[in-house]
Amino acid sequence: MAALRARASAWWAGSILGRHLLVALLGLVVVVVVLESSSDFRNLQLASMAYLGIAAGGLTVLTGLNGQISLGHGALMAIGAYTTALLLDDREASTPLPLVVLAAVVVTLLVGIAVGAAAARLHGPYLAGATLALAVAVPGIALYFKEQLGGEQGLRVVLPDIPAWVLDLAFFVTGQDLTRSRYVAYLAWVTLVITFVLLANLSRSRVGRRWRAVRDDEVAAELAGVHLGRARVSAFVVSAAAAGAAGAMMAVTVRLAAPSGFTLTLSLTLLSAVVLGGLGSLAGALIGAALLTFLPQVVTDLGVDAGLSDIRAAELAPLVYGVVMVLVILLAPAGIVGTVRTALVKRRLRRSAVAQTGGAATTDPTSPATPATDPATDPATTTSKGSTT
Amino acid sequence: MRRRLHRPTTLVAAATVGVLLLGACGAGGRDDDGGGGDGGDGGGGATAPGVTEDSIKIGAHFPLTGVAAPGYNEIPTGAKAYFDYVNAQGGVHGRQIEYVVRDDGYNPTNTSSVTNELVLEEEIFAMVGGLGTPTHSAVVDFLNDEGVPDFFVSSGSLQWGDDPSAYPYTFGWQPDYEIEGKIIGQYVAENMPDAKVGLFLQDDDFGDDAEKGVRQFLDDQVVAAERYTSGNTDVGPQIASLQAAGADLVLSFNTPSYTALSQLVALKLGYEPQWFYTNVGSDADLVGSLLSRFSEGAVEGGSSSLDGVMTTEYIPGVDQPDDPWVQLWQKVWDGHGEKGKLTNYRVYGMSHAYAFVQALQAAGEDLTRDGIVEAMEEIGADLEGPQLAPFRYSSDSHLGISGMRVVEIRNGAGEDLTPVLVTDIGDAEIVEDDSGQDGDAPPENGVPEAP
Repeated sequence: MAALRARASAWWAGSILGRHLLVALLGLVVVVVVLESSSDFRNLQLASMAYLGIAAGGLTVLTGLNGQISLGHGALMAIGAYTTALLLDDREASTPLPLVVLAAVVVTLLVGIAVGAAAARLHGPYLAGATLALAVAVPGIALYFKEQLGGEQGLRVVLPDIPAWVLDLAFFVTGQDLTRSRYVAYLAWVTLVITFVLLANLSRSRVGRRWRAVRDDEVAAELAGVHLGRARVSAFVVSAAAAGAAGAMMAVTVRLAAPSGFTLTLSLTLLSAVVLGGLGSLAGALIGAALLTFLPQVVTDLGVDAGLSDIRAAELAPLVYGVVMVLVILLAPAGIVGTVRTALVKRRLRRSAVAQTGGAATTDPTSPATPATDPATDPATTTSKGSTT
Repeated sequence: MRRRLHRPTTLVAAATVGVLLLGACGAGGRDDDGGGGDGGDGGGGATAPGVTEDSIKIGAHFPLTGVAAPGYNEIPTGAKAYFDYVNAQGGVHGRQIEYVVRDDGYNPTNTSSVTNELVLEEEIFAMVGGLGTPTHSAVVDFLNDEGVPDFFVSSGSLQWGDDPSAYPYTFGWQPDYEIEGKIIGQYVAENMPDAKVGLFLQDDDFGDDAEKGVRQFLDDQVVAAERYTSGNTDVGPQIASLQAAGADLVLSFNTPSYTALSQLVALKLGYEPQWFYTNVGSDADLVGSLLSRFSEGAVEGGSSSLDGVMTTEYIPGVDQPDDPWVQLWQKVWDGHGEKGKLTNYRVYGMSHAYAFVQALQAAGEDLTRDGIVEAMEEIGADLEGPQLAPFRYSSDSHLGISGMRVVEIRNGAGEDLTPVLVTDIGDAEIVEDDSGQDGDAPPENGVPEAP
């Protein structure tokens, strides 16, 4: 038994991919349980949470790991969404969904290369400005090419019929018929899990280490042989690809790709999801996405229950959202995940200190407290880095 | 490093147990699906969703916050006041109407999510008066797929009613933009044959449908057609090129904000054509207040700011306090409204609420979703109400009010330039209305009966 345990732990410590896959599998099981036990409406809400989560996950890699800020991720989502809408224009559309999502990712990725190449030359506020321009310009493209992209009213997205084998599989596993909303939610969450596994692996690999090196000290990174431009562009491209997948899922969930869905507000929403959850952490991105999805509805319902008029209750949501944002920045500047992680590390340190005085453990007290192995814990230093150099 | 060894082992063990446990649950689910699952699904067959013995739940999406909110957020307050008024008189067939409004901020993504909430979570019987062309476009397929009656969309786009086979559950309400364009076009062709006509159009269905109507009569007279994108507040270039083209009559199909913006830009440029605004963009009170806000007080607002401007009218508004319908709305608002005074937007909300109550009456005691749609197709053209011209509802058309009259604004009130003119989309002729809708009055108690 002890040998088995030792072997399992060795595997856990040694195989990053295996560890991520295991967590992903667990995540999938949780997803199935949650989706099967919730109503159609909750399923669609969870689908919204998933697409926000995918985009926020991409952004958190870019901002948290590579120190680049992007105000243009809403526009990248728009590119993914419009690609999806163009491929799924009627029920007979023959392209299988996985291919549609892949196409959305590839198109966004190509745009990401172009934008990333320009972005790699910019820092801090200039980068924010350039990506801001992207966020403002892309919805304009849809208005300009009205014939092809539907103008202000956008393009409808028609979800093809659920393939029979999916229906059979769903019935076999869960014993319930698969509704359309649940199907959409599964699509979004499976995409999320795949994206997160890829992002997590990438950030623990050599590529991820380079990104962090560039974030922490450009000069040192360059001296160590890291090509700054390449590292920046690759981070942007990966992040854009995630935004493309998110856009595809958004199009499928909302059933529409219209310019008014991809305003600057969406880009800022993504950024605030990342900041709320904790910069650089995928779990944080997911928590941020959950807050943004559920908070407005919960607050509005509370307002209505408290006897406010519809208009007042609707106005309550942005207010509470703003207050939560201010509180998180004030009380937990490292975001929710960052703060929890710091607290855990502190506790562990204290414990090991106690253990050490007892003379039992030989732990190196500095090892658990190396935030550099994972995500930045202080958004301020990360984002201001560019502007100070 | 050794200290961390224990945690992962526990985790792996827990994970394995968890997966096995859940796997077992899944298998268990498959066994009893024959009994439990079907019973749950088939339970709701007898009564329509959202309808009980003594209540009907309906919903709507409106921009309650954001840039589109001023004016439009008053529509649901009017509708709610009227539903409360009907409820106070015993409801419809003994059922109280519960009206749930959700904010979409005029963003189609939000419209989609609040409509999901209304249909799947609140389980509304019908959508009544959902506002906006781009916003409602996002949900019209979903509502029709789910079989939810989608009544009286607050938008004049043709897509709500010109093809009932595509959207059998959706009904328009206000006159569509094409017939408004036709009526305005014919009026100008007959009364101002020498005018050089400029068009100022919103760049979506609104402007496109209207232009189609106008050009049926004025194709030779149009010297320029300029478009603006909703959301872009700089209309200087468009107005300047209308001026450069020498247009001395500008037909504008735009929202109220753009009425104010176009007026301000024209003042700045010293451009003084005759203005002719669509009904949508001509609420004198709102435009007046927007004018003084946009110009930071430089232009005096107030309801007289649009004096001399021509527009159209299809329901009586607050500028006609002697109209029996407006008197009813005033009574309803005083008794059941919120704070604030009666406005044209609230009248608009009450007017479509009135039509919906009538539809409920016509659908009878055994209310079903398909039943109310059938009833509308059957008797919809005979509905009473404040509208000046009858509805066009039938099994071939779900378009709303069939006509309007041309008026000129004097001291904030409309002065009739034509009698009520009715027509339909396409080549349909424009004729004077003889249905008597214009002169009717509401029933004594203010609650309609089935026609």
